[in-house]
Amino acid sequence: MLTVENLSVSFVTRMGTTQAVDDVSFNVKSGEITAIIGESGSGKSVACYSLLGLVPQPPGRIDSGRALFEGTDLLQLGESDLRKIRGRDIAMVFQDPMTCLNPYMTIGKQLMEPLRLHGKVSHADARHRALELLQEVGIRDPGSTFDNFPHQFSGGMRQRVMVAMALINEPKLLIADEPTTALDVTIQAQILKLLAELQQRRNIGIIFISHDLSVVADIADQIVVMEQGRVVEHGNREAIFENASHPYTRKLLSAIPTGANPHTVEGGDTLIRVQNLHTWFTENRETVKAVDDVSFEIRRGEVLGLVGESGSGKSTIGRSILRLVPVTSGTVSFDGTNLTALSRSAMTSMRQRMQIIFQDPFASLNPRMTIFDTLAEPLLLHGIENRRSVAQAVLQLMDKVGLARQFARKYPHEFSGGQRQRIAIGRALATRPEFVVADEPVSALDVTIQAQILELLHELGREEGLTMLFISHDLAVVRQVADRIIVLHEGKIVEQAQAETLFQQPQESYTQQLLKSIPGRSIRT
Amino acid sequence: MHSESALTELQQAEPGSSLWRDAWQRLRQNKLAVFGLCLLTLFIVIALLTPWIAPYDYASQNLDLGASPPSAAHWLGTDVFGRDLLTQIMYGGRVSLAVGFIATSVALLIGVTWGAIAGFVGGRVDAVMMRMVDILYALPFMIFIVLLMVVFGRNLLLLFLAIGAVEWLTMARIMRGQVQTLRQQEFVEAAVSIGLSPGTIIRRHLVPNALGPIIVYTTLTIPSVMLLEAFLSFLGLGIQPPQTSWGLLISYGAETMEEYPWLLLFPGLALTLTLFSLNFLGDGLRDALDVRSARD
Repeated sequence: MLTVENLSVSFVTRMGTTQAVDDVSFNVKSGEITAIIGESGSGKSVACYSLLGLVPQPPGRIDSGRALFEGTDLLQLGESDLRKIRGRDIAMVFQDPMTCLNPYMTIGKQLMEPLRLHGKVSHADARHRALELLQEVGIRDPGSTFDNFPHQFSGGMRQRVMVAMALINEPKLLIADEPTTALDVTIQAQILKLLAELQQRRNIGIIFISHDLSVVADIADQIVVMEQGRVVEHGNREAIFENASHPYTRKLLSAIPTGANPHTVEGGDTLIRVQNLHTWFTENRETVKAVDDVSFEIRRGEVLGLVGESGSGKSTIGRSILRLVPVTSGTVSFDGTNLTALSRSAMTSMRQRMQIIFQDPFASLNPRMTIFDTLAEPLLLHGIENRRSVAQAVLQLMDKVGLARQFARKYPHEFSGGQRQRIAIGRALATRPEFVVADEPVSALDVTIQAQILELLHELGREEGLTMLFISHDLAVVRQVADRIIVLHEGKIVEQAQAETLFQQPQESYTQQLLKSIPGRSIRT
Repeated sequence: MHSESALTELQQAEPGSSLWRDAWQRLRQNKLAVFGLCLLTLFIVIALLTPWIAPYDYASQNLDLGASPPSAAHWLGTDVFGRDLLTQIMYGGRVSLAVGFIATSVALLIGVTWGAIAGFVGGRVDAVMMRMVDILYALPFMIFIVLLMVVFGRNLLLLFLAIGAVEWLTMARIMRGQVQTLRQQEFVEAAVSIGLSPGTIIRRHLVPNALGPIIVYTTLTIPSVMLLEAFLSFLGLGIQPPQTSWGLLISYGAETMEEYPWLLLFPGLALTLTLFSLNFLGDGLRDALDVRSARD
């Protein structure tokens, strides 16, 4: 149905020309899901967007290639012809359903818009078709939600609306760009199921762009693996997962977290005791019970995994322990000291014993400070080093987290995501803390980088005998690093158990549902 | 390894390209902005050197000469009292530029501090501080200035302060908005978790990151302050003769525009050139400090 041949796209900027897509060929058959897999910057999105003329030119430039869609070369079409094809024959679903829907327009109006734009359809017919589609994508009782605004829907429901909107003109090809990346695991599983069903029922072709091999493992028919603008491997699902030949594909496969933490530890005495913790926020006069009566202990030397979907309060618990957010009631004690009762100055000196690593390494480093200054700050503040000795300490710290010493005077924006997370880890470990909260430390990173950072955290943790609270929405990742796991739902603890016990014999139905939603079960067994 | 060798190693490390240096690189490629910067520098240098390089004494009159058009002796002509116009513009520039820069600095200092504290502390403190800003906003500006003049007498320094005291309000609002967005970023939380005090966090982490919009707004404040001084002087609340400023020269020039057009033309030109330069520079800075354009 769609055949892309020798497509090359480059970007021309003042800094020079970058080859984003380099001689890429693939084809999509109707009734099949073709997954394009690659890490950020691999050109996977650019390749697909350029087919629809969605790459701004300049700076973009299509150097060569053909893209035959039912006999027409898309790359030769002018903007007005392309516009007829976009949305009618080829539709798109984007990553973030919140930013792709107009917040000031009802769902119904937004759904009918493409219908009325591309074909001469009466208002009543359009409404009828829209309602049918909403039903098809699994919106319960579409009649009553038809005139609701996007913010009245949950994230998963919004993504369903996006899918409905893409399908409304009965396209032959659907391009889904990371359609589940912004969603919780259980919702992700539902959307993946929905896409697979639709493709079967309507016999359409789907291009599924993703950075995560495990997401497409259960649904893709063809898999195209891209690295730095090139297709490095191309084959059907079995060929890729069972005997991948290219080293990069194998690297991607081995980076998928599988299996359990190979060296679980028992943990010593209790280092942290959280008792009846309540952290409530007031938003627009409504009380949000982010953490609602939670009690648990963390033993010295162990890695406690804290798992939950967005809004489960997992990050708030981490921040409450470190007193980064005000606690409503309850106590947190650290090595016998009640932190909630400490004065500000006593807490300040306590802070060198407990640190935090954040999710987004782009936001967690001050863009105006060099790496040296960032790493030196905690050392100087707590008087661990003086102005003379700090240089040596910082360089040693950089060795420890695997950063080359000659980068000491560079600024965060000059580093990749993985390197920045190394800097953030270095800052957290600078004062040799006993306890670290790792709040989704690898969620913002590419899979291969993820594996490296987890490895680094694991090594450093063992070396220093670190106690860690590892917060994540990704069960597979937690399973790999944690000794014990707590499952959270809506601010309350659902279940806690030793890591493997939880995975083998989940007691609560919510835990069972979470475990079932982990994508790529077909490749993890 | 000794700390000395660590220090040497650090000095030999590759220097990074800070966002400021990147911005400077981009600014240098913007010809209009560079032109604005050069012209401003030239005006400031002239203003500083005026007492030594001015061709005539600014107060000495030559009533026999009267208003004369530009000539070899008086390049820009003379005013109705026979005073050299070039000299007057040079001395007027001293006042106008000083008002522009000093009043803006006052506004910058108060506004940035006030906004940063309000934005960072938040809650009730923020509410009280920002309501005070609202109240001052609502106060009629002219009454405020007249009141100050009546109580303290007419005084150049007071004029600077009075204008600055009005202009900081917008600055505080911009700064507060910036800080509110920044403080939700994780690097500020990281700074708290390291144990830094609020003052240090504001100074080291918040202010440097909020300066982009502030600098741009500053280049817009300077011309508006200079116009404000012209307006006040026109009303008789600002500078009094024989002292002069561009605003005053323009208002006199406007009165005699039909007979002696050069009395309006040249001071007007000086003010216009300065305002254009500042606007070019402001536009250039806005583009140069925009991180998105840094990534293209």
